[in-house]
Amino acid sequence: MALYSEKVMDHFRNPRNVGEIPDADGVGEVGNARCGDIMKIYLKIKDGIIEDVKFNTFGCGSAIASSSMATELIKGKPLSQALELTNKAVAEALDGLPAHKLHCSVLAEEAIRAAIKDYYDKNGMEYDKSLFPEPDEDHEIHGD
Amino acid sequence: MERKVYADNAATTAMSRAAIEAMLPYLDGIYGNPSSLYSVGQQAKEALEGARADIAACLGARPDEIYFTSCGSESDNQAIRSAARLGAAKGKKHIISTAFEHHAVLHTLDRLKREEGFEVTLLDVHKNGVVEAEEVKAAIRPDTCLVTVMAANNEIGTVQPIAEIGAVCRAAGVVFHTDAVQAVGHIPVNVAEQNVDMLSLSAHKFHGPKGVGALYCRRGLRLLPLIDGGAQERGRRAGTENVAGICAMAAALKEACANMQKNTAKLVALRDEIIEGLSRIPHSVLNGDRQRRLPGTVNMCFEGVEGEGLLLYLDDMGVCASSGSACTSGSLDPSHVLLAIGLPHEVAHGSLRVSLCEYNTREDAEHIIKCVPQVVEKLRAMSPVWKEMERGERPHVI
Repeated sequence: MALYSEKVMDHFRNPRNVGEIPDADGVGEVGNARCGDIMKIYLKIKDGIIEDVKFNTFGCGSAIASSSMATELIKGKPLSQALELTNKAVAEALDGLPAHKLHCSVLAEEAIRAAIKDYYDKNGMEYDKSLFPEPDEDHEIHGD
Repeated sequence: MERKVYADNAATTAMSRAAIEAMLPYLDGIYGNPSSLYSVGQQAKEALEGARADIAACLGARPDEIYFTSCGSESDNQAIRSAARLGAAKGKKHIISTAFEHHAVLHTLDRLKREEGFEVTLLDVHKNGVVEAEEVKAAIRPDTCLVTVMAANNEIGTVQPIAEIGAVCRAAGVVFHTDAVQAVGHIPVNVAEQNVDMLSLSAHKFHGPKGVGALYCRRGLRLLPLIDGGAQERGRRAGTENVAGICAMAAALKEACANMQKNTAKLVALRDEIIEGLSRIPHSVLNGDRQRRLPGTVNMCFEGVEGEGLLLYLDDMGVCASSGSACTSGSLDPSHVLLAIGLPHEVAHGSLRVSLCEYNTREDAEHIIKCVPQVVEKLRAMSPVWKEMERGERPHVI
């Protein structure tokens, strides 16, 4: 019995889409170093489609795996679809996360939303504000 | 086949051959209850008392000052609760300890504070992770009933001036308990010379089995039971004794004490090699005093990385180690020990503890020195925190 599923370990050992996009169209950063995880997502967007996505993450194994999986799930997808990505979908795609690590998948969802919001804001685009609740600054969802 | 390096001996150790062999007769043939009067019971009783004498001899104590328990945590709980209750009966409800004790001590003190109105002073352990006897002396009040300070810290390995603290307590007439779980079998411990009134130890930290510990309580000092029941352990600890485990604990401790000088020389050399090797990683820091530390324990922080990732990648390279990051503790905060020595949260998340024993080799040390920098580099390469530091957007703390 291992701490993490094989899928989590695979994405942790060989994270997909690691890096930065210098001329990104949208950048989202959530979490804080004090709590032990920060996730930063970079998006390249063309005609409403996520052409490329990269991430940098400071955090535990499941934070890195969640970032990797989340970027895989939205790459090449329209923004509308990326906005529908839930933390549950990220966790499920990883064949589950331990209960006290579910916040890592929440961070991934929040980071993607933050990056898309940044893209909308930068381009002065109209959007439904209710889609972007303020990320939980205190990161209270840690634990269960 | 990848090399396997077990470097988490502060968590637990492999049982020694001597300990395993000392156990076997009491698992197989001599299964009697030491409280029974027929011969197979009395044989077990004899083994139990032999073990008690051996353990007492290793600590500079008398056999009737040793009480067998189920673990170090139980010993800590019993020592503290007993001293607290006896103190409260005399109107003394103040206890002195330190900020970086094991949770078996800190959580017991917390409960006494919350539920029984005790006042607890937790002394600062400073950047070097050492509390000074003078500070204990200054904190003692007329209503102080107990001072409890660990002999060596389990995470950073710093060794405390137990003899000096004991002398201060003795002079003030205050009971002194030490959680010596990390010290016994590793560094010289002598309760008489070090002025210790009560001491906790745990077998599995020195190549004995898990699930067995002991509490030393100086003759003449009252000890109240934590577990009520039969008259085992002279009424201080009910429950049929774990004879096999106790015999193994005694064998392990005898061996550890007999080889202590030799083991220390070997471990100090390996430890220092690792400290030197890993200190070459930029923006790393050794936690705890460089000199006043256990022979086998190294604890370092690497800026910009998180501890759990370190451990998982190291595990892939065959290295078993531990960390004080929040993710490995299962809580929001990183290790209270690292915070107690003044590390900022974000640095404490990036800690690595390597704890060696005499079974480790020079090749093990070299493997650790080879693997850790690779893993740190891999994690830094995807860390936004590290990149911001490298670009000068976030200050380096270490």
